[in-house]
Amino acid sequence: MNLTLQVWRQAGPDVPGSFATYEATDISSDASFLEMLDLVNEELVLDGDEPIEFSHDCREGICGSCGVMINGVPHGPQRGTATCQLHMRTFHDGDEIVIEPWRASGFPIIKDLVVDRSPFDEIIQAGGYVTVDTGQAQDANLTQIPKETADLAMDAAACIGCGACVAACPNGAAQLFTSAKLAHLNLLPQGDAERYERTESMVGVMESYFGSCTNMGECETACPKEISIDFIAMMNKDYAKAKFRNRRST
Amino acid sequence: MSVLDPKVPLDDDGNEVAIQTMWEDHKFDMNLVNPANKRKFSVIVVGTGLAGASAAATMGELGYDVDAFTFHDSPRRAHSIAAQGGINAAKNYRGDGDSIFRLFYDTVKGGDFRSREANVYRLAQVSNDIIDQAAAQGVPFAREYGGMLANRSFGGAQVSRTFYARGQTGQQLLLGAYQALERQVAAGKVRTHTHKEMLDIVVVDGRARGIICRDLVTGEITRHEANAVVLATGGYSNAFYLSTNAMACNVTAIWRAHRRGAFFANPCYTQIHPTAIPASDEFQSKLTLMSESLRNDGRIWVPKEVGDDRAPRDIPEDERDYYLERKYPSFGNLVPRDVASRNAKIVVDEGRGVGPLKNGVYLDFADAIERLGFDVVWDRYSNLFEMYERITGEDPTKRPMRIFPAPHYTMGGLWVDYHLMTTVDGLFAIGECNFSDHGANRLGASALMQGLADGYFVLPYTIGNFLADKLNEGEVGLDHDAFAAAEEDVTARTKKLLAIDGTRTVDHFHRELGKILWDYCGMARNEDGLAKALGEIPALREEFWTDVKVPGSGATLNSSLEKAGRVADFLELGELMVRDALDRNESAGGHFREESQTDEGEAKRDDENFSYVSAWSWQGQGEAQELHKEPLAFRYVPPSQRSYK
Repeated sequence: MNLTLQVWRQAGPDVPGSFATYEATDISSDASFLEMLDLVNEELVLDGDEPIEFSHDCREGICGSCGVMINGVPHGPQRGTATCQLHMRTFHDGDEIVIEPWRASGFPIIKDLVVDRSPFDEIIQAGGYVTVDTGQAQDANLTQIPKETADLAMDAAACIGCGACVAACPNGAAQLFTSAKLAHLNLLPQGDAERYERTESMVGVMESYFGSCTNMGECETACPKEISIDFIAMMNKDYAKAKFRNRRST
Repeated sequence: MSVLDPKVPLDDDGNEVAIQTMWEDHKFDMNLVNPANKRKFSVIVVGTGLAGASAAATMGELGYDVDAFTFHDSPRRAHSIAAQGGINAAKNYRGDGDSIFRLFYDTVKGGDFRSREANVYRLAQVSNDIIDQAAAQGVPFAREYGGMLANRSFGGAQVSRTFYARGQTGQQLLLGAYQALERQVAAGKVRTHTHKEMLDIVVVDGRARGIICRDLVTGEITRHEANAVVLATGGYSNAFYLSTNAMACNVTAIWRAHRRGAFFANPCYTQIHPTAIPASDEFQSKLTLMSESLRNDGRIWVPKEVGDDRAPRDIPEDERDYYLERKYPSFGNLVPRDVASRNAKIVVDEGRGVGPLKNGVYLDFADAIERLGFDVVWDRYSNLFEMYERITGEDPTKRPMRIFPAPHYTMGGLWVDYHLMTTVDGLFAIGECNFSDHGANRLGASALMQGLADGYFVLPYTIGNFLADKLNEGEVGLDHDAFAAAEEDVTARTKKLLAIDGTRTVDHFHRELGKILWDYCGMARNEDGLAKALGEIPALREEFWTDVKVPGSGATLNSSLEKAGRVADFLELGELMVRDALDRNESAGGHFREESQTDEGEAKRDDENFSYVSAWSWQGQGEAQELHKEPLAFRYVPPSQRSYK
């Protein structure tokens, strides 16, 4: 199939960017979206131009590196699918595809389609862990966890940290990412001891970088792992409790 | 040639001590660093996958001053994240006869008697601690309804010793280690350096004292000093171009270390995983793995007749060849990876392959769905089924999956002793980038185990022993000649790559190299093919350095430049892989020499002549590496012909 691409090109963080038009010709419908970009890049390089920079690595939908806006939708039209897992059979011959980086003030552009997602690491540093040193653990089966609880924690833990939730949100909010990590840890007995400190601390860092949640639900729709916004409700409940409890204890 | 000393603990008479108590006793014998002095020692960790993140976090907890480097935008992106199936441990929670000794035994046997017993036993011992540690971190392992941890049998094991978190075990274990690492970052014990690619090791008076990095965003070349350097940079399967590894996985860090004096062990031991999705066209960028846990319930078959083009469901039962069940009745579809892969190659070479390119075999779930019900099968494998459908457009619950072997893991890597130290003093290698525990073939669910064993439970002890007598040794200083010279090398190489301005892309050369290695140094190897490859690879390397085209500049994010540096190193490594494969004129595990097979076509070892680790030392650009040997002795698991019949 033949496609026309409108791709955002931006040489660096402080340089203005603009759209450039490329023709992607003779693309197999079995190719992945990123393989289609690879082919365009190979042509660009042979012509002596700089290739379109985009983040990617595992190409199995698990590392969370990739992610671009495809016709205004994070990761493109297929639900529950990261950009690297999107295949060209989703598109039609002659389509025009607009490709942009994540657009969010919390994710400054580094180059072309590559953005800086380091605030996510800072949110984790604020409490996205269980305080246990190597060697301190008891036998794993001494803590029983009901299957439903473990499964629900796993649903939340499946987050790949790609940032599509932020890109999808009209407010550029990171509630889905933050609440997924909070739910993963707060639901489990291992994470329960630090539940309220963790919640207040991680929410605090989140709010210093990202917008506020107004329950639009766009994040859930965009999430390649289909993480539920129920976790945001759980976070809000814990946050209210945390503000109360943490104040009382000091 | 020299004989390498693995520094396995010995008694006063020079005999190896009993393996069961060796590690416990040795931990007592090793020197300790006083808790108040640990902060005076700096350690560089390169790579933040399972091994690197767990080591950096644990050393931070202990009090060392740690700098962790990753070329990703976050430590969480490391390729450990893509491991699907599970992690082994000798917990024997199922009461099915597992034990530390059995896990040790299975690993030595599975590795086709080409690993070091002492290391493997220690691995089996600490496997249980890993599960405890991960569970305490909140890794959401699968549970039974009573709340206990669930297990499954995996990849050729006859006991159920594999712990898992859906089909995302690597992700969850890596996030556990990553979160422990970020906790140490918050505590000020570890500094993470993202977007930093290590491009050289700095060796001062025979001792590793630092690294040179390139910042992938700004292009800046930086120098970093420490008392010890730990490499945790993963495997080199991407030498084959098409592999299940992530796009950025590469050999550069350990290859640069090799060029600075670290011996490279068993480069020809590469694992070709049996269950990847077959390639669909020549522009495919990578192969996607389907966890071999699928082999627990899926049945592998091809049509009995060559040229049978009927749809799989139209081929009656008696015209199908369930070749693994037929040839290996006791293990069936669960034979180890090397055996499963080789047999898939045999039936495809016979012309019985399936799919549009006739390059796959069927993995069929119809019987499992019939026997267990759709819901049970869906619950076990849904994420893999969905992934398969996204890639191929076919629903594996209605039509059998098509699978074919793909390069997946490299057992070879930097040679390390019992302390995980390379032949360069103060330079350690952990996880997949060392050669240590898997011999010639790795068992399923053992990579996560080894990465975390090295990082959480081995290196943090052995590095203390190394550092203990170096208190107040003083800095060498970033302006030392060795730092300046290494930086100069890196800068000159970058400039050279950008200046060639040839006519072919980096990917072109990478594909060509991959094709040579796959054809001549892949699932089956022979003398003629290897000799041919030994001629073709240097010629290709020559062309690369005169005709590659790397656009852009070195002062900005430039993915072509990054790839060019990595492919340049693959072009050197590829030659060594072939040289090693040629030298090892026996079959062992993943290394199948056609000249050395049993009457039934199984891999045949030659213990008399090849019961050793091959370790190669760099001799300079354009010179053949020199071979050194570590002899292997088996005191606990007597070598036998592996049989899975």
